[in-house]
Amino acid sequence: MTAAESYLPAGWAWYIAIVTVASLAYCLWVLISNNTRKLPGEEVKLHGTNVWDGLREYDNPLPRWWRNLFYITVFFASAYLILYPGIGVSTGILGWSSSGLHKAEVEATEKRVAPMFENYAKQDVAALAADEGATKIGASLFQAYCIQCHGSDMRGAKGFPNLVDADWQWTGTPEGILETILGGRNAAMPAFNEQLNKDQIADVVNYVIQLSGRQVDVASAARGEATFKTVCAACHGPEGKGMQALGAPNLTDSTWLYGGSAAAITETLVKGRAGVMPAFKDFLGEPRVKLLAAYVYAQSREAERTASTQ
Amino acid sequence: MGSSAAESKVIELYKAAPKIYPKSVSGRFARLRVFTLLVTQLVFYGLAWLQWNGRQAVLFDLVERKFYIFGWIFWPQDVLYLAFILIISAYSLFFVTAIAGRVFCGYACPQTVYTEIFMWVERWFEGDRAARMKLDRGPWTREKLWRKGGKHAVWILMALWTGFTFVGYFTPIRDLAVKVTTLSTGPWETFWILFYGFATWGNAGFMREQVCKYMCPYARFQSVMFDRDTMIVTYDAARGEPRGSRKKGVDPASAGLGACVDCSLCVQVCPTGIDIRNGLQYECIGCAACIDVCDSVMDKLNYPRGLVRYATENAIEKQWGWREVRAHILRPRIMIYGVVLVLLVGGLLSSLVLRNPLKVDVIRDARVLAREVEGQWIENVYRLNVMNASEAAHRLRVSVEGIDGARLDRGGLIAVDAASNASGTVAVRVPVGALSPGTHPLQLIIESEAGGAPLAVREKSTFMVPR
Repeated sequence: MTAAESYLPAGWAWYIAIVTVASLAYCLWVLISNNTRKLPGEEVKLHGTNVWDGLREYDNPLPRWWRNLFYITVFFASAYLILYPGIGVSTGILGWSSSGLHKAEVEATEKRVAPMFENYAKQDVAALAADEGATKIGASLFQAYCIQCHGSDMRGAKGFPNLVDADWQWTGTPEGILETILGGRNAAMPAFNEQLNKDQIADVVNYVIQLSGRQVDVASAARGEATFKTVCAACHGPEGKGMQALGAPNLTDSTWLYGGSAAAITETLVKGRAGVMPAFKDFLGEPRVKLLAAYVYAQSREAERTASTQ
Repeated sequence: MGSSAAESKVIELYKAAPKIYPKSVSGRFARLRVFTLLVTQLVFYGLAWLQWNGRQAVLFDLVERKFYIFGWIFWPQDVLYLAFILIISAYSLFFVTAIAGRVFCGYACPQTVYTEIFMWVERWFEGDRAARMKLDRGPWTREKLWRKGGKHAVWILMALWTGFTFVGYFTPIRDLAVKVTTLSTGPWETFWILFYGFATWGNAGFMREQVCKYMCPYARFQSVMFDRDTMIVTYDAARGEPRGSRKKGVDPASAGLGACVDCSLCVQVCPTGIDIRNGLQYECIGCAACIDVCDSVMDKLNYPRGLVRYATENAIEKQWGWREVRAHILRPRIMIYGVVLVLLVGGLLSSLVLRNPLKVDVIRDARVLAREVEGQWIENVYRLNVMNASEAAHRLRVSVEGIDGARLDRGGLIAVDAASNASGTVAVRVPVGALSPGTHPLQLIIESEAGGAPLAVREKSTFMVPR
């Protein structure tokens, strides 16, 4: 099975091959058969006799090297088609392919950077976070693979967590961040529209808003508290402080992944939420993920520091 | 040729190009060519070694994609300047060619210049025209081997030096010199030194006029710029004919002869092997070797100079003097070329002088268009890619304009090294409810902080408020 066969039916491959060879043979024949020309009758002289609009035709033969260049093109084309893929389903005797070239270049680059990554792989994430060279690579990896969801300023968007607010849905320890990127995370907030009726949901929403320190209908919130303690506390904890092991967010702070308005919280309760962080272990490989984790950790520490000094 | 019944004849459609042995020539135009040759080659071989601000003054760094020309650093984004330079070069060629014919071919073209240099070497080893022809006809003797071998040794050395200099404009020439002496040049450096050297050796040593006659596109399209008032190298047939040899002191008029003594020196000196007395031919590169040599013959005979001279077709036909020729230089074609050329050069120069070495691209995040922060702000995030084409490092301060109440929340400072790029993320906040949902125009201003020449860029973008 060659690369050409995978997209080109054999019949067409043969057709193209025959046309190519025939064209080359034809070129060669044209060149060889046109080295000389037989003119009938000796009285016909090209030299200076034919005149059109004052332009005189001369018998100026082209230099021989010029024709030889034509021969060289035919030779070049033939050699190329033997060495490289191009004729029919042939892969060429050099076995060259663009994917092979790409693979070789990737391997060469990997080999070149391997010692650097080996050196980094020996250190733990916290140590790497203090290494400027490591976080620089981490930063460019982040800009390439992470900003699609988390934003180029790492502050996320609706449904995608802010990474520099010192508030962690899962865990903010260096090893925890590494684990999150390596294995990915799946957060599942179930839909409660069947288990709870509309009033119950409204009460729970009020209670949750109260948890984050805002003013609400106290009676409704009190009713909601009872429901919360039996239904929601399983994941979010009896005090609503969340549980990082399950990715259940803390509801008592002002960080809201899907919005903190009554409408947004109601939607979360009614429809549920599914947050997915994909796993990068196979895609990027552990050495690169380690640098990414170091960068994220360093940035979150930095943000914490500036927050505490303000 | 058989005189058979068919009475047919076979002609060759390709022939080996006959070797041309141009005779050496001296005179006004030969001196002018030596002068332009020295100037152009001094620039080519010398410029690469010039230093500027601790780096090579002229360097086209293809790997880093930075092109240094003295104080300027160009990035691929500046390709417009290259287009400018190419158009200016083309118009200069049109302008000069329309006035004075193929002077570029005759005096400045590398093909002419290297051929000239190679012919000096050839003459030094093998002698002038007659000696060279005799040497080529003769058998291979030890002397011929020495003369030919010596010539080629010098040619190859010069060709390799030329290739080395050429590559020295793309990879720092001082490092390259070290690499060459230790035979540790990279594969592409090695290839280009050898390839460019080979092309120099082949073109200046062997192909010579064949390049002008059969390869060069300029040679062919320059004749399109010619008109009857274009200066060309011409033979004054009215004065010269009928040609013929004569004894010294004979008055040509009484002998029924023109000024041309038919010495054929003009043919012998011609580097493209034509006879100028047949009129303007496409092979003529306007080198004026025939003018120099004919003038020397005229001097010997005490005839006035200029039997072969720079003149226009009109001038020859109507027997104009210099005054009329000069009066016909300013014609519409020349004025149009001239005005376009002046505008282009002026445009390029002012654009270079006013060039802002700071370039900023504002890139919006694809996904995070806008977000609500702490219930009181709408925040938009912009990623700034900064390209610093100046030779100083800068600290850049970002500010925002165009929306009342908009303020920069973070990322107000971006540090960028000299001749380098950097990126930063800035967040702009507008109070919730201050703007209607939708997009609003805004400008980001990126200014260098004090120190060094002030730089500023104003970039347009939009601020988005979600529904």
